[in-house]
Amino acid sequence: MQPLERIRVHLSVNGHAVSQLVDARRTLADFLRSDLGLPGTHIGCEQGVCGACTVLLDGVSVRSCLIFAAQLEGSAVETVEGLAGDALHPLQEAFHRNHALQCGYCSPGFLMAARDLLEENPSPSEAEIRVALSGQICRCTGYENIVQAVREAAGALQSEGRDA
Amino acid sequence: MKPASFRYVAASDVHEAVTLLSAHGDAAKLLAGGQSLVPMMNLRLSRPEILIDLNRISGADGITVEDGALRVGMLARQRAAERADVVRTRLPLLGEAISRIGHTQIRSRGTLVGSCCHADPSAEIPCVLLALDGFVRAQGPDGMRDIPAADFFLGYFQTALSPKEVATDLFFPLPAAGTGWAFLEFARRHGDFAIVAVSALLRLSASGEIERAALSLSGVGPAPLRARRAEALLLEKRPDGALFAQAAREASQEIEPADDVQASAGYRRQLAQTLVGRALQEALARAAKEVA
Ligand SMILES: Cc1cc2nc3c(=O)[nH]c(=O)nc-3n(C[C@H](O)[C@H](O)[C@H](O)COP(=O)(O)OP(=O)(O)OC[C@H]3O[C@@H](n4cnc5c(N)ncnc54)[C@H](O)[C@@H]3O)c2cc1C
Repeated sequence: MQPLERIRVHLSVNGHAVSQLVDARRTLADFLRSDLGLPGTHIGCEQGVCGACTVLLDGVSVRSCLIFAAQLEGSAVETVEGLAGDALHPLQEAFHRNHALQCGYCSPGFLMAARDLLEENPSPSEAEIRVALSGQICRCTGYENIVQAVREAAGALQSEGRDA
Repeated sequence: MKPASFRYVAASDVHEAVTLLSAHGDAAKLLAGGQSLVPMMNLRLSRPEILIDLNRISGADGITVEDGALRVGMLARQRAAERADVVRTRLPLLGEAISRIGHTQIRSRGTLVGSCCHADPSAEIPCVLLALDGFVRAQGPDGMRDIPAADFFLGYFQTALSPKEVATDLFFPLPAAGTGWAFLEFARRHGDFAIVAVSALLRLSASGEIERAALSLSGVGPAPLRARRAEALLLEKRPDGALFAQAAREASQEIEPADDVQASAGYRRQLAQTLVGRALQEALARAAKEVA
């Protein structure tokens, strides 16, 4: 095997098949934003700390600034753009209703982290929500409304009987 | 920032990873979960010319019990280990330690082996491996070897691995039934690196004396270390508050913490003393419960 500067990858992003030639150094976050035109995934610190770039990779939440697109052959990525169908996702609705965002920069990351949590644990306690969101930084809201929104969304998803 | 340019290659098995490492020498770096290496590349603190991705190696993510030890393959993610039944039932000490690493999203990708190879002096997993007298299995051009934890962590981000070796597994010997355990750490915020972390194991004999004591600490020097003098002081004595206080004081004296932006050396010493005292109490509570 030869080390390469550019690599062709085939993956699925929000259910759509993608085939692209990428620079080895291209992070998943930049790949989504610049190559695929999906700017919903935000970039904050580029060192894994702030959580703004959180997406789902094969169903689990990860930092897209710490993975290279070249690594993603055969993977399935889901971004905030994939959340809503015809209507907003219950998490998005709950964020809207509870004023769980102000500037909105961190929201895509919070939504994807919350989605991972609710997939694994459909009725989390408040403490579990706080732990699950501890890797996401918000400088506006003070977090209370975000926690409240995730609780509400968990309830809504459960009464609808659907998965996160 | 963005990483400097590099060339990428995915190894399909351990042998290929070793061959690539040998061929490219210092220019190459192995990539596991990327949760320590990629931040360093993004900050340009690390600029490998070639990145050898281990993530395509199949069958390397096992978490199994083998010869009385928990064997953790190099691609086992911290998140998977935290949730694994064998870890919950046979080695809850490890699960507790993992739950203190960063956040869920970091543990989704980060590996246990990668954490040991990275060898951050405050890291949780090296602390547990050392307390259990575990070892690291490594594969190099000249074959395989097992490196005891006590010889593996050499200093700040330094291990006994040669630049041509790939660590393939960690082995955590399972403590005998009835052994009490505790993992405690203090960090300023949830998910931050520990300022001090402590792993403790205690087993009592039928007559109630301490017959095994293991104490390891992270965050108190360039590498995790065993508080051997404190351990020796505990052995063959009946556990009580005064003995634990004495052991905690001893542990705080045998470490060599440094001042840094997180905490002063004096504060770390005091923290170590407090945490060791509490960890011994917790381990005793669990040990006693299992014997009764
Ligand atoms: C926001 C954030 C918070 C964090 N908090 C903590 C924390 O509280 N505690 C903690 O312990 N860690 C923490 N980490 C680091 C995390 O645990 C990493 O996962 C871990 O340190 C490295 O494992 P990795 O699999 O990600 O390795 P990588 O980042 O891929 O590699 C790390 C180093 O090990 C080498 N390496 C990896 N695998 C092998 C192998 N099989 N053989 C030989 N060399 C190898 C690499 O070449 C590299 O030099 C945090 C990380 C982030 C981004």
